[in-house]
Amino acid sequence: MKFSSTPQSAVTGAAWSSRPTAASSAAAGPAAARRRLLKAGAAAPLLVLLRPADATPESSSAAIAAFTGGAPLQAGRVVFEISRLIDNGNAVPVTVRVQSPMTAADHVSAIAIFNERNPQPEVAAFNLSPRSGKADVSTRIRLATSQKLVAVARMSDGSFWHQTVDVIVTLAACIEGEVS
Amino acid sequence: MARTLIHMPESARRGEVFEIRALISHVMETGYRPGADGRPVARDIIRTFTCRYNGEIVFGMELHPAVAANPYIAFHTTATESGELEFRWEGDRNFSQSERRTITVSDA
Repeated sequence: MKFSSTPQSAVTGAAWSSRPTAASSAAAGPAAARRRLLKAGAAAPLLVLLRPADATPESSSAAIAAFTGGAPLQAGRVVFEISRLIDNGNAVPVTVRVQSPMTAADHVSAIAIFNERNPQPEVAAFNLSPRSGKADVSTRIRLATSQKLVAVARMSDGSFWHQTVDVIVTLAACIEGEVS
Repeated sequence: MARTLIHMPESARRGEVFEIRALISHVMETGYRPGADGRPVARDIIRTFTCRYNGEIVFGMELHPAVAANPYIAFHTTATESGELEFRWEGDRNFSQSERRTITVSDA
């Protein structure tokens, strides 16, 4: 799968679309047609850029603001466990722990994970209650590239805490259709 | 029916906090990956997971395409009384599956 990357299919696509032009200018000789094809090939990398928009630091902060409702984020209380150097972005184990007594009066009500450079800024959200007993959740996620990840916890008192981590990804998830 | 694997204790003391680990086989197709024809393959993911303890929701999760295939979810809950835990996964293409496990809660 990974070897049938888009640059190649984009080249073929360009070749096909440039065919009528090449045919109409057949009088100019096969050399001209070949030049046209080469030109189309050179333009192919531009076509590759036409893929679904990626999440950006802005869309990531917008997603976080949607989760917090604009409340300020405080650093601390959240422990975001993830390997800093990731071999394989297709399944990255993550654990989020939040320091909290988990009583009815003071507990973590939700935990959410956000990223900056996957196609979508949201990764996962967990709903907890005093019955959770412990604010400690784990899952496995996909990472498209090296980026910043944020884990945000919503407390029962309405405050929000977070931890941000920078990770390096060597083998990216969902790279098919992407150049870099 | 997708295969599931749920790991949790069969018995616990009242008030004990125990861990539940749930795994389900699912492709979690992101909707961003091009298929053989070059067009993106339609999204097919599990969107929500809920755990009910004797009917009451004790844990919920919202999944996005960034959750890896065969979603693994680990969380905690408090043993309150003997009964049944129901795990439910719901997603695209009307995907829905639930599994049940019983737990015996002892005093002391």
